[in-house]
Amino acid sequence: MPSLGADMEAGTLVEWQVKPGQHVEHGQVVAVVETQKGAIEVEIWDDGVVDHLLVEPGTKVPVGEVLALLHAEGEAPVPRPVPAAVPPSAAIAEKARAPEVAPPAPAPVGAALKVSPAARRRAQELGIDLTKVTPTGPHGVINIEDVERAAKAPAPAPSKPGRADRLAAMRQAIAAAMARSKREIPHYYLGTTIDVSRAMSWLARENEQRPVTERVLFAALLLRAVAMSLAEVPELNGFWVDGAFKPSRSVHLAVGIALRGGGLVAPAIHDAERKGATEMMKALSDLITRARAGGLRSSELSDATITVTNLGDQGVETVYGVIYPPQVALVGFGKVVERPWVDSGALVARSVVNATLSADHRASVGHRGALFLAALDRLLQEPEKLA
Amino acid sequence: MNRDEIRTAVTDALGSVAPEADFATLNARRPLRDQLDIDSFDFLNVMMRLHEKLGVDVPEADYPKLATLDGAIDYFAARLAA
Repeated sequence: MPSLGADMEAGTLVEWQVKPGQHVEHGQVVAVVETQKGAIEVEIWDDGVVDHLLVEPGTKVPVGEVLALLHAEGEAPVPRPVPAAVPPSAAIAEKARAPEVAPPAPAPVGAALKVSPAARRRAQELGIDLTKVTPTGPHGVINIEDVERAAKAPAPAPSKPGRADRLAAMRQAIAAAMARSKREIPHYYLGTTIDVSRAMSWLARENEQRPVTERVLFAALLLRAVAMSLAEVPELNGFWVDGAFKPSRSVHLAVGIALRGGGLVAPAIHDAERKGATEMMKALSDLITRARAGGLRSSELSDATITVTNLGDQGVETVYGVIYPPQVALVGFGKVVERPWVDSGALVARSVVNATLSADHRASVGHRGALFLAALDRLLQEPEKLA
Repeated sequence: MNRDEIRTAVTDALGSVAPEADFATLNARRPLRDQLDIDSFDFLNVMMRLHEKLGVDVPEADYPKLATLDGAIDYFAARLAA
């Protein structure tokens, strides 16, 4: 079960999209998981052949639980774990432990319930609730056959959480991530007002020549400028893990997306530094559509290296962002407004936007953060470079 | 296409991005953005849907004319009559 963000503890497997024996490739969607962020498509990170699906649809499992076993092309298939052996979760996820270490004891299921140890382990592997298994063995003891019969019974359909439940869960998740951020991350904040008149008129001219389906929103141009500026200040792009900054070579640019009814998700545009304005718009459009309709992918929620929040549409001029851990920076944009501006000694009306940077002082210093905002300003004065 | 049909096309397109919108109580002379909580991405999607439905490609420069429901109906009625 992948961690789809620092705030996730468990997920419910909704369906498998692969079968045992099937060949899978890096990046392929293999399962759908229900989380507070909606139904997420889980991608696989290795090429290989699926041997065993270990978790039944409808089962809620903690982050880190093994969902399936596969082997690489050319290797021998992984044997189906036998009930007496260490459960696959312990075998794979906790390789470092000695194999004879007993699996974590299952939660007590009531004194009246008699279960053979093998059946108990099997039930845990299969995610079977022992209180719902009918014993057929002598003395009312649940044996392994009883568990496997229960596993074959149709799994109850995963309960579809209602909208209110989903929003409440999402609020909890945001609360946990933001509380952790404010507890752990020593934020510093920088802001600057950028004249975006040139960039806006350049984009207006571009869009004039495009049909409505190909138009680029100014928000996408800002994302493009952020991704390019990060090349100059790489210490804002990456993760703070285990007491050290781990820079990321690629820019996986998370975009804060408000959902109708009050939710918020921040999925990432992968490899944003390689996307021109048009590609960035396509990626943004696809991401917003899937965020609102469901169908985000696991990698989009787990590997963002920096976040951009744009609250311009809501009318605010300045954003003071909270960093999403383990990232180390958040860039905020407010509304584009017309303001008096002094250019070469003359007073003129210009379209300007307030750009802010919230950054983790453990990973960068204000001087470097300032260079980032300066790079952003410079790029927005040369919009042709953002094409 | 008469004004009622244009109105239906516009409210259908708006309803696709703001499913909870109640057009019976919407003030047709006040800005849509404030009443329906639509952002620039939603608005672009509305323009795409109306392009599909009415065959009218609205240039960005004309967006301010579409700020209210009445404004949008007037605009499309004029474009379709031309």
